[in-house]
Amino acid sequence: MVRLVENKHSSESKVTQRLPLPLKVYIPLIQHLGKICNPEVKAGDQVSLGQKIASVQAHVAAPIHASISGEVVAIQDWPHPVLGRAKAIVIQGDRRKDEGGFVLRDPQEVNSLTAEDIRKIVLEAGIVGMGGASFPTHIKLSPAKPIDTLIINGAECEPYLTADGRLMVEQTGQIAAGVALIAKCLGVKNIYIGIESNKPEAIKAFFEITGIKVKVLPSDYPQGGEKQLIKNILGKEIPRGKLPFDIGVLVQNVATVYAIYEAVYKNKPLIERIVTVTGSCLENPQNLLVPIGTPIKDLIEFCGPLKDEPAKIIIGGPMMGIAQFTDEVPIIKSSSGLLLMGKSEAKMYDEDPCIRCAACVRGCPVGLMPCQINLASERMLWNLTKEYGASDCIECGICNYVCPSNRRLLQTIKRAKLEVTK
Amino acid sequence: MINNLTVSGSPHIHKPVSVSRIMWTVVFSLIPAGIAGVVIFGLDALWVTLVAVAAAVLTELTFGILTKKKITILDGSAVITGILLAFNLPPQVPLWLPIVGAVFSIAIGKQVFGGLGQNIFNPALVGRVFLMASWPKYMTTFNRPFSFDAVTSATPLAILKEGKVLEHISYLDLFLGKHGGCIGEVCILALLIGAALLLIKGYISWHIPATYIFTTAIFTYIFGGAQIFSGDWLFHILSGGLVLGAFFMATDYVATPLTAKGQLIFGVGCGLLTAVIRIWGGYPEGVSYAILMMNAATPFIDRYTKNRIYGVR
Repeated sequence: MVRLVENKHSSESKVTQRLPLPLKVYIPLIQHLGKICNPEVKAGDQVSLGQKIASVQAHVAAPIHASISGEVVAIQDWPHPVLGRAKAIVIQGDRRKDEGGFVLRDPQEVNSLTAEDIRKIVLEAGIVGMGGASFPTHIKLSPAKPIDTLIINGAECEPYLTADGRLMVEQTGQIAAGVALIAKCLGVKNIYIGIESNKPEAIKAFFEITGIKVKVLPSDYPQGGEKQLIKNILGKEIPRGKLPFDIGVLVQNVATVYAIYEAVYKNKPLIERIVTVTGSCLENPQNLLVPIGTPIKDLIEFCGPLKDEPAKIIIGGPMMGIAQFTDEVPIIKSSSGLLLMGKSEAKMYDEDPCIRCAACVRGCPVGLMPCQINLASERMLWNLTKEYGASDCIECGICNYVCPSNRRLLQTIKRAKLEVTK
Repeated sequence: MINNLTVSGSPHIHKPVSVSRIMWTVVFSLIPAGIAGVVIFGLDALWVTLVAVAAAVLTELTFGILTKKKITILDGSAVITGILLAFNLPPQVPLWLPIVGAVFSIAIGKQVFGGLGQNIFNPALVGRVFLMASWPKYMTTFNRPFSFDAVTSATPLAILKEGKVLEHISYLDLFLGKHGGCIGEVCILALLIGAALLLIKGYISWHIPATYIFTTAIFTYIFGGAQIFSGDWLFHILSGGLVLGAFFMATDYVATPLTAKGQLIFGVGCGLLTAVIRIWGGYPEGVSYAILMMNAATPFIDRYTKNRIYGVR
């Protein structure tokens, strides 16, 4: 674990604003871990807000919905923030603000919903893990083993990002209602929310909620990593090769919990999310509520004027986010931040030889020796990388961050992971 | 539309740290001990140090040119090797000695293994033991402090080795460096100031120096006296190259273990070997050999002191 310069101050107190309806959205057919969806609409079709436009008959998948109303103009290859390129449904908006189009579910009815009903609603709403992994949520809500502890992840340990922090402050009650729904699904009594100490407002807000134990965590990266969160809250480790449910634990990100709330109480599928738009190039960093599929150039324009020409655009945080090659790329369900870096921040440095300073060894949150895996990987000694535990890497990026020789440790470890699992 | 975007793998931020920043900080941290050496032994100490640094840097440069690799003289590592070698020499050696030693340190101790990060031994110590083996007379003739007319005097450890009684050296004199010895090893106070900087900066950790010094102290206390449990452990800490070695040479990243566990073993090993050589060995001083032997054991230590991986029992 390391202490990072957080850079959250420029957006952490900015109340979430709704981005004006975009003219066009590009909704990728794959925004989850699993099978790609098949479009259910074709060019020329009119779609309404929240209409299901793509789905697939598969267990590990999540359907996709129209995030604005308008006309489907194309289904085409388009830049994708995670995959590089993927098929996307392009909707030309009619700029109708039919937010009222969702029929609120009567609270009485919500109370009478069974666990199975809730799972079905979550599946139909296309909810996936919004912290980055994009794993379909309905699967996590039907675990193969009994769950005794639910952990809500409000750590938001990545520098710059404040979307989850804002959500926890602005929608505390709604998140609590979402938590109750998950608890009902799983039959758990033991509920924690883990929040880093750098978010006192959110901590205070959740102290008021009964039934959820607030765990204040040190603001160390990667506090919000699932493995670290479980260890630091419960003092338990997930055995190697196992998943949290193997030890009776389920972790959900706060944004995902809010999406569940909206799906159940408002009949609203996952069609928008909060994105922190930030970075040194921006005069005016913001937390924006953005329809899924909105190209990032719309967000940049809204937050303008630019102080500086962006030299690097990252979707996600600076530690684990993905650098984009174009500003045409859309926001998807897992995009928590949009970070615009200037020229000096985007500068690439040459690699120097490893001097065995062991900064990466001390920093690695899972106890690996990244420098050794790096050297083995560069020599393509895959068995040795396996022996060093390459496959246990959680790809947090600390090793690269601390390396005085600028070595690309993470890249070579990722390569080793691929080779080891072949 | 925004053009010419940089695309690279995560992470996208980097800690403000670099090899040269670390190395130059180490150079800076050695300055107090250097100043003390010059104050105690006169300008000869300065010339020896400067000549050693120049020879080390020129050798590094020559290898860089000959092997057509990146020129690394600005990263500060060759400067450190030069300084550390000089600090391990008596102050009034002929000036060709530091030159030969520094060339050997960089050429044989470092570059033949592949340069920075590849050496298996501490290069400065390789140079020192080479000089020790080749010209033992120069290496063991020491000057009396503050006597700039080359009056020789044995080091306190050498006097002890010969079985003579140490009368007039107080612990304070040992701490301040008012006794015969190598240029950079005598003034413990100055060394500790430099070491404190490196510890505060986080460039070295306490593991090796603490276990090294502690082990030497315990062992010399038990076996270093006429009877068991009567050794003068404080004398052993304050004299010879123990403090210089423990903080500045046993902590050399390249040739020491990676994990805290490994570093503790390394420090204990250095301490034991130093004490054994001092008490029963043929030499009065054992720091150089102790560190070099433990350098050789480092790959082995690394192999058996891996950290526990998350989720693995």
